[in-house]
Amino acid sequence: MPAVSKGDGMRGLAVFISDIRNCKSKEAEIKRINKELANIRSKFKGDKALDGYSKKKYVCKLLFIFLLGHDIDFGHMEAVNLLSSNKYTEKQIGYLFISVLVNSNSELIRLINNAIKNDLSSRNPTFMCLALHCIANVGSREMAEAFAGEIPRILVAGDTMDSVKQSAALCLLRLYKTSPDLVLMGEWTSRVVHLLNDQHMGVVTAAISLITCLSQKNPDEFKTCVSLAVSRLSRIVSSASTDLQDYTYYFVPAPWLSCKLLRLLQCYPPPEDGAVKGRLVECLETILNKAQEPPKSKKVQHSNAKNAILFEAISLIIHYDSEPNLLVRACNQLGQFLQHRETNLRYLALESMCTLASSEFSHEAVKTHIETVINALKTERDVSVRQRAADLLYAMCDRSNAKQIVAEMLSYLETADYSIREEMVLKVAILAEKYAVDYSWYVDTILNLIRIAGDYVSEEVWYRVIQIVINRDDVQGYAAKTVFEALQAPACHENMVKVGGYILGEFGNLIAGDPRSSPLVQFNLLHSKFHLCSVPTRALLLSAYIKFINLFPETKSTIQEVLRSDSQIRNSDVELQQRAVEYLKLSSIASTDVLATVLEEMPPFPERESSILAKLKKKKGPGAVSVNELEEGKREGGELNGGGERGDNSAIAASNASTPSPSADLLGLRTGPPVTAAAPSAGSLLVDVFSEAGFISILFVCKNNGVLFENQLLQIGIKSEYRQNLGRMYLFYGNKTSVQFITFTTTLNVQSKPVEPLIEGGAQVQQVINIECLTDFSDAPLLNIKFRYGGALQNLTLKLPVTINKFFQPTEMASHDFFQRWKQLSLPQQEAQKIFKANHAMDTEVLKAKLLGLGMALLENVDPNPENFVCAGVIQTKAQQVGSLLRLEPNAQAQMYRLTVRSSKDTVSKRLCELLAEQF
Amino acid sequence: MIGGLFIYNHKGEVLISRVYRDDIGRNAVDAFRVNVIHARQQVRSPVTNIARTSFFHVKRSNIWLAAVTKQNVNAAMVFEFLYKMCDVMTAYFGKISEENIKNNFVLIYELLDEILDFGYPQNSETGALKTFITQQGIKGQHQTKEEQSQITSQVTGQIGWRREGIKYRRNELFLDVLESVNLLMSPQGQVLSAHVSGRVVMKSYLSGMPECKFGMNDKIVIDKQGKGGTTDEPGKSGKQSIAIDDCTFHQCVRLSKFDSERSISFIPPDGEYELMRYRTTKDIILPFRVIPLVREVGRTKLEVKVVIKSNFKPSLLAQKIEVRIPTPLNTSGVQVICMKGKAKYKASENAIVWKIKRMAGMKESQISAEIELLPTNDKKKWARPPISMNFEVPFAPSGLKVRYLKVFESKLNYSDHDVIKWVRYIGRSGIYETRC
Repeated sequence: MPAVSKGDGMRGLAVFISDIRNCKSKEAEIKRINKELANIRSKFKGDKALDGYSKKKYVCKLLFIFLLGHDIDFGHMEAVNLLSSNKYTEKQIGYLFISVLVNSNSELIRLINNAIKNDLSSRNPTFMCLALHCIANVGSREMAEAFAGEIPRILVAGDTMDSVKQSAALCLLRLYKTSPDLVLMGEWTSRVVHLLNDQHMGVVTAAISLITCLSQKNPDEFKTCVSLAVSRLSRIVSSASTDLQDYTYYFVPAPWLSCKLLRLLQCYPPPEDGAVKGRLVECLETILNKAQEPPKSKKVQHSNAKNAILFEAISLIIHYDSEPNLLVRACNQLGQFLQHRETNLRYLALESMCTLASSEFSHEAVKTHIETVINALKTERDVSVRQRAADLLYAMCDRSNAKQIVAEMLSYLETADYSIREEMVLKVAILAEKYAVDYSWYVDTILNLIRIAGDYVSEEVWYRVIQIVINRDDVQGYAAKTVFEALQAPACHENMVKVGGYILGEFGNLIAGDPRSSPLVQFNLLHSKFHLCSVPTRALLLSAYIKFINLFPETKSTIQEVLRSDSQIRNSDVELQQRAVEYLKLSSIASTDVLATVLEEMPPFPERESSILAKLKKKKGPGAVSVNELEEGKREGGELNGGGERGDNSAIAASNASTPSPSADLLGLRTGPPVTAAAPSAGSLLVDVFSEAGFISILFVCKNNGVLFENQLLQIGIKSEYRQNLGRMYLFYGNKTSVQFITFTTTLNVQSKPVEPLIEGGAQVQQVINIECLTDFSDAPLLNIKFRYGGALQNLTLKLPVTINKFFQPTEMASHDFFQRWKQLSLPQQEAQKIFKANHAMDTEVLKAKLLGLGMALLENVDPNPENFVCAGVIQTKAQQVGSLLRLEPNAQAQMYRLTVRSSKDTVSKRLCELLAEQF
Repeated sequence: MIGGLFIYNHKGEVLISRVYRDDIGRNAVDAFRVNVIHARQQVRSPVTNIARTSFFHVKRSNIWLAAVTKQNVNAAMVFEFLYKMCDVMTAYFGKISEENIKNNFVLIYELLDEILDFGYPQNSETGALKTFITQQGIKGQHQTKEEQSQITSQVTGQIGWRREGIKYRRNELFLDVLESVNLLMSPQGQVLSAHVSGRVVMKSYLSGMPECKFGMNDKIVIDKQGKGGTTDEPGKSGKQSIAIDDCTFHQCVRLSKFDSERSISFIPPDGEYELMRYRTTKDIILPFRVIPLVREVGRTKLEVKVVIKSNFKPSLLAQKIEVRIPTPLNTSGVQVICMKGKAKYKASENAIVWKIKRMAGMKESQISAEIELLPTNDKKKWARPPISMNFEVPFAPSGLKVRYLKVFESKLNYSDHDVIKWVRYIGRSGIYETRC
């Protein structure tokens, strides 16, 4: 801002601000502001026009009040007026107000845009800059729409001043960030790249931010910038610190520009042109060399600027990942920083090394710093630095140093911060698995892990141990022995009990030979932990017990005693109680053969990606662990052992036989709904059978009301009425249980009103379906019902009893009329005939009732034979009307019927014939 | 129990800090300042919990009084104590202001030592406190040992609020019934909520240890008498009695007697005290009726007309009447015409304030105002806050009447007739609002 001359002082504003600052209380401040607002309102309202100075003053006051946190809802117009002033200060205040208080008020936006346009097209650079700043500060979509075309033109125009170019570049960057779709690429793009050659360093710095952002989205269009950037960089790097005068910061030439150039280069692969590449490598080497030089100044700004360039260069080297020489040099440089006094430098060094570790060229070089890193993990005071150290250890781990690193991480875990413990646990578990040479070491490590940080060991970790133990025959015995020993500790973590229970239940027999770990000892050991555990663990232990009965018949009576005790068989927890009851019955009723089949050893788990890795991925978010790292982990995890989750087919035999609830499987692993033929699923099974057989349709052909479906849970009643080609069906869903059905939905391939999503226990809800018959049809509409009962999802598919005959309109006619029409419909495809055996007794009255229910008119005294029935009717569809005639000739001796249907449409005759044949 | 008590000025500087218990650390003082006094958002709750420490505060003009505790105390007790503390300070040195607190800080510490012991409230009766915490400097040489022991026995005795051997030449007694009436009324004149909270304040200058009995037209008492005796007209008494929703008494009132006979009998403290507080919600006499008329003429003009009607005996005079008519936030100019009193637009409060010095009963007066508005780009409609009113009337809006106040002193030779008694009724407005 130009120096404030006397006239610009705005005394009133100064007085107002000092008044507010002197207010003793909030109330006094509000009073003062209210008074001022009223004053400004009366001034703005006043008929005589205000001069620019007072307008500026009042707008300024409003702005100040707004910034104090009060609402301002007027004065916008006055601010817009200020924009068209010729005085810098007035224009500036106007723009300030607009950029702080603008809202998407349509009429004002138009005025503002107009003023900005005027300023942009003016020749005055300060005005242009003000306008550009305002656009960038507001940065809204409306602004982008109005000016996205204009600004690039200003940016590349030859006669634009440097300061304006600078502003224009940054303004365009802002607009591009808010609405990239509105900033269209054009011929200006190539000219923007050439701004890198601009004389003015400020313009280059501003332009490079824009180019970096643009080239991330369209790398191809800006390819040419690479060589320009490299030459610019080399000019800066090789210049003496005094060459760039204004742009030298504490003896470092243009540090910001250098950083930005290096960052821009990170958007592209290494340059293919040899000369360019050579020049770039030279630059990078110079930067690395400079890091070794003694500092030119003791000031922290000097080293900060230098290090900023260095770290940016290192990330470029890592990005290229093709110059082994540079990578190793970078690694050594970082190694020096690992012991630096400055905590921030140590942090950055660890972070960069993490990425270096994943490069094949520098992996070995990184590994040389293992001692330093381990030391950092132990002694670092800042938790975030320790976290980075742990990350680096994880990244640099391979088969050669896995044992050392895992041991170090385990020992650190005992004192680690709570915030990173879970992540550490996961990392230890992954490393132990990934680089396990022998599995006894793996089992030891994981058990140690559970012992040290049991609370942070997530489910996935111990599932994984069990999967690996089950899939590898060679460690089973060792695992059983180790868990047995681990369980002997007076206090052990619940996760340990889980692993112990599972492994002893499966492989207890492998160590039963030793008298110190005889079956009974094993059982007593497990049972001594039983009462200290939570419900899921207890459930797991109960399953382990039943497996014991199978493994060691001699423990049967003891275990049965335990199962029979009131604390199990009458446990208030349903799951435990059910297990106790079922296991007790299973053990007492089933023969040994059955028991052995049911309680067979677990089959190996299918090979899948480690669930722990998935968990770590989720925890750290994408990108935290580098991608190739993950891929590698996946591959290795895959070839070594089984999968994370178990498929339905491997659901444990024991649970299969016993427990219907979905949480029943032995491990509590996530499986789908149980495959057992338990109560809820039985119902749906039954329905499918019914509907496929068309059973329901049969019943409802001659009937409009009744019960459509019923099982233990749900009853569906139906009530329907038809008139001509329209019908309305009421479905009543009755909940037969005392529990709520939730998320109750029905879907139908016919239009229907949605049904209430909740059905209370014992309650009934109604659904209305309107039906219109468009043309003749043979398939009934399907109704799909889904709801949750308890936890289980229930799914039913029913055929709605809508058949073609529902749309019959009875037609009375005399004998000769009937036969005349009968003869008219004599084409062979118009007739459908069926001779079939009677399913029911041939009672005349019943037959009559059924035929009436069909919807046709029953014509008396038409057929010469009084035994025969003759009917006539018209099927009403939207498209057409189909006249139908029917003749039913019962033969009492043979118990047979002959049914003949003639109608004007062949499909109708056929369908009617099929429907009716099932009725008699 | 109260762990400590702090007094701050408006800037949050600590004027008085007295810590009674060890569980309150030094940082508690700052915690309250940072989280309440200097809070970004104005703290409206009088109880604030910061790091498991509860702060109970009241504000008197610019002064904050905060009681601090780590325990789960009875909040009502703490506030009662804080109010008592304010009363005591006012009785000693007048208005509670930063200046007065700074000038009397020794006295305040002395008081704090006396009225709280290890955080438990002790005797906070001003009269009693004044006997041994004096402002006249050291009076040691004038006070005999005997007198001192007398104070001790009195303060710790059964009737801690009155010392023996008080003598007056004229036995006098002043009784004030002070009520504040609260109202919220709809524009159509329907009462949405109304209640009266009242206090009976006494000033007694009586000799000896008199026994007093206070009677008022409490509905329960009147009904009981109406049933028992035949002399009263049941219709009349029923009309004039009032239903008291709830009441509290000064510690001198014998509660057992009130519970059993509903009679209020007590040995009064010497000097000024509050005998009882009560609240009624039924059959309230609303002294004023406000009839608002607001008309929006286009987007830039508003016409307001307000009529007030006084609704009490013409012989009585209401005083200090003030009607506050809120104006929209985009008011740019106001013209007011009123029949009586003075009216002015106060921009700092966004309201038209209309003041009338005196107004007799059964009269009416009106004000009309033209408000010019500045069109704004805000689509928000004006919320129309209610019109509020202040006044003072010389009767009790609840209908409470003092029936008798009898004084018995058996030892000294004066009787009920010798006591000069003064009774005064003052009804003030509390929150007296009419929606418009």
